[in-house]
Amino acid sequence: MNNTVANPLIEIHGLEKRFGPIHAVRGISFSVSKGEVLGFLGPNGAGKSTTMKMITGFLEPTAGSVAVCGFDIAEDPIEAKKRIGYLPEGAPLYGEMTVFSFLNFVAEIRGMSGEYRKNRIDEVINKINLEAVRHQSLETLSKGYKRRVGVAHALLHDPEILIMDEPTDGLDPNQKHEVRALIQEMAQEKAIIISTHILEEVDAVCTRAIIIASGQLLFDGTPKELLEKSGTGKLEDIFRDITTRFYEEKGVTEHS
Amino acid sequence: MNNIKAIFKRDFSSYFATPVAYVFIVIFLFLMGIFTFYLGGFYERNQADLEPFFRFHPWLYLFLIPAIAMRLWSEERKTGTIELLMTLPIPTWHAVMGKFLAAWAFTAVAIVLTFPMWITVNYLGEPDNTVILASYIGSMLMAGGFLAIGSCISALTKNQVIAFVISVVICFLFLLSGFPLVLDFFRGWAPQAVVNAIASFSFLTHFESIKKGVIDIRDLIYFMALICFWLYANVVVIEAKKAS
Repeated sequence: MNNTVANPLIEIHGLEKRFGPIHAVRGISFSVSKGEVLGFLGPNGAGKSTTMKMITGFLEPTAGSVAVCGFDIAEDPIEAKKRIGYLPEGAPLYGEMTVFSFLNFVAEIRGMSGEYRKNRIDEVINKINLEAVRHQSLETLSKGYKRRVGVAHALLHDPEILIMDEPTDGLDPNQKHEVRALIQEMAQEKAIIISTHILEEVDAVCTRAIIIASGQLLFDGTPKELLEKSGTGKLEDIFRDITTRFYEEKGVTEHS
Repeated sequence: MNNIKAIFKRDFSSYFATPVAYVFIVIFLFLMGIFTFYLGGFYERNQADLEPFFRFHPWLYLFLIPAIAMRLWSEERKTGTIELLMTLPIPTWHAVMGKFLAAWAFTAVAIVLTFPMWITVNYLGEPDNTVILASYIGSMLMAGGFLAIGSCISALTKNQVIAFVISVVICFLFLLSGFPLVLDFFRGWAPQAVVNAIASFSFLTHFESIKKGVIDIRDLIYFMALICFWLYANVVVIEAKKAS
């Protein structure tokens, strides 16, 4: 892993986001290299989704910078966005479109054309097992299928960087397993960030874990290092430990 | 250009993938007919022209166009698909343009489907078809103006009802800005030049002049500038929402 660290694909420096009085993200810095699968952990409302939205260029940071493959997302958004595949939280989709017409639309905007576009869509549909619902409209799909269409749309242009906000949320155990296998399969050639609530997932697919709470970075290391910090040998315990301790300390400083 | 085309195609076909298109077109044609024949006195006038038909376009658009425009951005925001759209590698104005043109083309379909009126009047008499053509063009331009306003307003909120109501009010002000209803509000305190400028913003005045059969370059410029202004504002609103 060390040989790739020299050239990170995602570089984040002092990222901050304020929504009016709410300080959602408070100065987060980290970088992700090719071959890494970064697990983004944190309690609800910690700022995970907001951070991902800033990396993908959907939200503008209040301060700080995001560079994607060397392109600054604020200064060169088009070039940066070309290199990112993004699954937004809840996998929103255009309900009235069919699976194929939706993927075709995304492929067209992503600059694919002719035979290549067709083949690429077929390839992704096969890979994600969407053949059965190819011509079904998106609003009639089950939650699992919807999530998979979202994943398919993110993979369509074979991006160097994959950012997925809770990719396994709402999936049954088999589907979860499939998505994890897919992530592992791609891990070698990409830099991947996934956010999740499921700690076992971090152990299963991630090469690195980051814990944030209240918009601050509390831990950055390998899942193994995280486990070692835990006295009980359970990820769950150390996660609770880190985040609750943080809230307690914060509570104290806020009162004094 | 390719991006605009792709978004145009997606949006345009989405109208017809839902009942929106059919409901809109049927209601539009039905109301057009009622207004023309009953309120406009199409037969009673004994004149072979479509004046009673075009006379009601501004008033019908006042309610129907904001109904089309309200969903343009509000719905994207509500369902979250805006996140898909805005993380695609395209400039914001391509998305704004593609969506606007799709809505405009859809309106054009509805307007073109009023062709039986044109056939009827040609069957009954010998109307001046250049006047009718000019009126159709004027009507399209006016629809474009209403749409651009509605599109911009819909980017402000994820609530379609709010988008609709505000759009109707703003369209109403633009429609009547040449009339005392609006001008009296400014006369008391604004300089005459401002009052004149506001008066010249009236949709009705410009539409009336095109409706007479003369497409004046000033009327064309007016509608085009108006559309460009509101679409530009639309882009600014979307960009601002990103940073908020």
